[in-house]
Amino acid sequence: MEYHSPASFDEAVSIAKNADGITRFLAGGTDVLVQLRADIVVPDVLIDLKKIDDTKIIARDDDGWHIGVAVSGAEMSEHPELKREWPGVVEAMDLIGSTQIQGRATLVGNLCNGSPAADSVPAMIAAGATVTVAGEAGDRILAVEDIPAGPGKTNLAKGELISSIHLPSRGEGGGDAYLRFIPRTEMDIAVVGCGANLRLDGDTVSEARVSLGAVAPTALLVEDAANAIIGTRLDDEAMNALAVAASDACNPIDDKRGTIKFRTHVAGVLAKRAVKIAYDRAKGNK
Amino acid sequence: MGVEGQDFEQEFQVVGTRPDRPDGIDKVTGRARFGADAYAPGMLHAVCVRSPHAHAKIRKIDASKAEAMPEVKAVVTRADFADGLTGEDWNILENVMAGEKALYDGHTVAAVAATTALAARDAAKLIEVDYEILPHVTDVDKAMAPDAPAIREGAADGSVPEGLHPNVVRYHESGHGDVEKGFAEADLVIEDSFVTEATHQGYIEPHACLAQLGSDGRGEVWCCTQGHFNVQKVCAALLGTESSQVRVTASEIGGGFGGKTAVFIEPVALALSKKTNRPVKLVMSRSEVFRATGPTSSTSMDIKIGMTKDGRITAGQGVFRLQGGAFPGAPMEFTAMCAFAPYNLENVHQVGYDVIANRPKQAAYRAPGSPMAAFAVESVIDELCNQLGLDPIDVRLKNASREGTKASYGPKFDRIGLVETLEEAKAHPHYSAPIGEGEGRGISCGFWFNHGGETAVSLALSEDGTAALSVGTPDIGGSRASMCQMVAEELGIPYDKVRTTIADTATLGYNEISHGSRVTYASGLAAIKASRDAVDKLCHRAAAKWGIDRDAVYWENGCAKPAGSNAGEFEPLPLEKITSKMGMTGGPIVGHYEATPEGAGVSFATHIVDANVDPETGQTSVSRYTVVQDAGKAIHPSYVEGQYQGGAAQGIGWALNEEYIYGEDGRLQNSGFLDYRIPVASDLPMIDTVIVEVPNPGHPYGVRGVGETSICPPLAAIANAVSNAAGVRLKQLPMSPPRILEALDDQANGRS
Amino acid sequence: MSMIHVRTTVNGDPQEFLCDPRETMLDVLRDRLALTGAKEGCGTGDCGACSITVDDRLVCSCLMLGAEADGKEISTIEGMADGEELHPLQAKFIEYAALQCGICTPGILVATKALLEKNPDPTETEVRYWLAGNLCRCTGYDKIIRAVMDTAAEMREDA
Repeated sequence: MEYHSPASFDEAVSIAKNADGITRFLAGGTDVLVQLRADIVVPDVLIDLKKIDDTKIIARDDDGWHIGVAVSGAEMSEHPELKREWPGVVEAMDLIGSTQIQGRATLVGNLCNGSPAADSVPAMIAAGATVTVAGEAGDRILAVEDIPAGPGKTNLAKGELISSIHLPSRGEGGGDAYLRFIPRTEMDIAVVGCGANLRLDGDTVSEARVSLGAVAPTALLVEDAANAIIGTRLDDEAMNALAVAASDACNPIDDKRGTIKFRTHVAGVLAKRAVKIAYDRAKGNK
Repeated sequence: MGVEGQDFEQEFQVVGTRPDRPDGIDKVTGRARFGADAYAPGMLHAVCVRSPHAHAKIRKIDASKAEAMPEVKAVVTRADFADGLTGEDWNILENVMAGEKALYDGHTVAAVAATTALAARDAAKLIEVDYEILPHVTDVDKAMAPDAPAIREGAADGSVPEGLHPNVVRYHESGHGDVEKGFAEADLVIEDSFVTEATHQGYIEPHACLAQLGSDGRGEVWCCTQGHFNVQKVCAALLGTESSQVRVTASEIGGGFGGKTAVFIEPVALALSKKTNRPVKLVMSRSEVFRATGPTSSTSMDIKIGMTKDGRITAGQGVFRLQGGAFPGAPMEFTAMCAFAPYNLENVHQVGYDVIANRPKQAAYRAPGSPMAAFAVESVIDELCNQLGLDPIDVRLKNASREGTKASYGPKFDRIGLVETLEEAKAHPHYSAPIGEGEGRGISCGFWFNHGGETAVSLALSEDGTAALSVGTPDIGGSRASMCQMVAEELGIPYDKVRTTIADTATLGYNEISHGSRVTYASGLAAIKASRDAVDKLCHRAAAKWGIDRDAVYWENGCAKPAGSNAGEFEPLPLEKITSKMGMTGGPIVGHYEATPEGAGVSFATHIVDANVDPETGQTSVSRYTVVQDAGKAIHPSYVEGQYQGGAAQGIGWALNEEYIYGEDGRLQNSGFLDYRIPVASDLPMIDTVIVEVPNPGHPYGVRGVGETSICPPLAAIANAVSNAAGVRLKQLPMSPPRILEALDDQANGRS
Repeated sequence: MSMIHVRTTVNGDPQEFLCDPRETMLDVLRDRLALTGAKEGCGTGDCGACSITVDDRLVCSCLMLGAEADGKEISTIEGMADGEELHPLQAKFIEYAALQCGICTPGILVATKALLEKNPDPTETEVRYWLAGNLCRCTGYDKIIRAVMDTAAEMREDA
């Protein structure tokens, strides 16, 4: 295995483009090293991104937030403004693994690992997050939901890599939340995850995005679930319609972590709970 | 039966206090040396090649590509071990290194030694094994079914009745009275079936060893084990050398709970060392630990119990089917014998089946076999109490085994403390605390035999008046502290003047493994006896100095004293005054004890648990936990409490989330701590403990083992709490969220 | 396969080593620097027995490459005591019998030291969640949590 630590994204792109065999990028390494050790993926070329300038930055401008690819979960949790505006995204990231994992794990790593159960991904999708993809032809912007292609796969081409993540400005009357179901209180992979992001006009939901994780080959943006609550004040009928829409969107598998039946049912339960939290946050954010 | 020199009323000076453990600083500074912390000059690193198949014939092993690597120094297969072994030696070898067939996913088929760990891993991947895949079975009930593949023809012993599947390899039956008559006397009879999945001991330290063996058959092993004398014996047999030529040193051990009583890697490292004439280090990965070391048995059990309206149990009957992996030995007789042990029953009958399947050989795990039995029996008793409207502690008190009770497994109980634990539980504030919304309370009793076993210790006194105790039982939970306390108590010197060492196999006589909750009992008893032997020698020296008879000298508070004025007027002679001159008064003073103590008192516990269940997700949280257990006599109460808390925590894991999950392909699906879900700190509440002390007549201070009984009640206590919280009886462990939702769903739809 | 040259600081000591790119920081600490206090319990970041800090950030050394240590400040359990003076957490763990076998103890001490530096007054729940990635199979965590809470209280009094 070759180890590179380029000083710029251009250099990283060039190394990746010209690499033979399996290439992996190293940011937090909390998935890459596990897969390396277990002989699941042994890269021929490993490109460490942490020596590139500005990869550790959390910045805000008129467009919203820009989060560098080497920013750890712990650094996000320690950022009061980011946490205040996007508590769901920050909490989703914070749910991944232990305190120790938080010291290293990154949003981009969680996204590019391609796990359908990645906690931060439904939260980012609900938030409407985008990424900058660096490549030979220059940068392009993609929605987070367009990155995963299936378990362990992304839509990035050889020589492409994500160079930054963006969250929109929070704006007035908005709130987000992420909940996951795990059997223990910590340290598990999500059996079901649900991100919710909404905006209120008075007490009525005017905009909403609901996303589910671990219930399909990739995290889902569930428009029917959002439509079930838009224009409502989360009355029982809307909440039940939300749960049905969430469950209906599921296309899960039976595995060691949960059954199809369980995941489908719990997706509805979590959708209601996450939307309720997001709603309460939105009400407090006026 | 009492033992000599027993005084349960004595005022202890050191016993019962909570001194700092002698290895404390080593353990908190990272200095303590565990299995993987040993390095030797010229050392090679070894890696095992393991079968990816549950059941397969090994046609051919081609190591040529691995051997072509310059870093690779040797490859071993079954051909490199002793042949002609029989009985248990053959079974162990068959497990350590597969012969004609791989019998489970993870079974070692070859091993390679190379100059670096990375090179050894790369080389292992290059060893090509040609397998012929055979049909497999991993489930206990399926393994007994007529259409199951026979895993090892001829493995059954003479106990198995005719007509059973060849995968049933041992059979047990016990009990007394007439259960049919008993059931006829009952006002309510409940009969139900229960299932538990296999769990792993889950020690945090993977198995590790550093070994060397010369062509002269002389060797040394450093390893983490619960029993280095057993490692010595097994290694000598499997390598075809002599026990005394293999010196084994036990490292600090990073948890065992029964799982490090078995031998897996040491013979492999020795075989590689013999071939290379270099020291070889072999450390398992976590995945290897899960795939190839001893989990518990999985079980399938049928229980039938009859009770009168006023709570008298009229009869109990149990059938216990234990799957113990590809080798005989599932502890089904312990399951059967422990099942009804807490109760004084006129009519009781138990049947056990030891069933082999394509899984790793089960190993002991804390009271092997007993927790599953308690889960099944105590669940039925709870259901009887619920349906008859009786208090679960009152019913247990009414039926409790006492001194003189004929045990369900045969003998008459000596002095035991079950009633005391029930009374303490009933009086505990936990039992009368209000139960919250969505919460349920469960209680359960549990029983374990405890064990004595072969024991040898040596106690050397130093010139400066200090004492060095050598024991042969690895310290798995702070036992060196309790040993030092008992020696200090006997010699009458301060605790910190005693040092206890776990001696290697060249230093002491044979010591049985640290198992059966035997260490504080048996090595403790031996330490007391060795101290008394040393005291006798000290008294002899004092008598000689004073010119009086030995019988006219006694030992008190660390001094030899004349026994009354007839013996003469002499100033008390402190220990260090005798030892400082011992070179000139007869030579070194060393106390000894070698025996097989057989008075390990049985022990009982009663646990109280509160649990919440989320009816929408099936998630359970344990909100309050109380352990009440009889310790006989707590030598170091902190470490007794620690055993109670640890057993309860492991039981919580077993009850709620831990399980071996095999796929259709017979491969283990969750061979890591990510998906084999042991409790993490945020999963648990504080675990309250009550130490009951009903002295064991078989120990000078009344000690009973405490390590194992603590895991017997939790499965049932939690199942009762969860069932009471959820309003539906859970009959399968673990009670994972999908299973709880399924049970609720079945009940709602009238399927249960 | 070419080795990587790394210059780093471990417990305040300058260290220089060559390592294979696949070697983890845990491999390097144990096999190259003879610091065996950090343990490999899982190799997958699930047990925390290999906990260290890197530039004061708590991480699993099994999930970090040795090559990544270049230019960093590493702290391990071996650097926790000040000469013969134990850190208050170390002393309290002994006093409270907060360890049985002791294999998880170095990781738990490193992790709790990092916690108390960040939050000198944690609640029981905060301690439990902070330590969720440090598995202990012996104790049921009870005595560990009590030792940490009591150490924190004493350190606040002494501060």
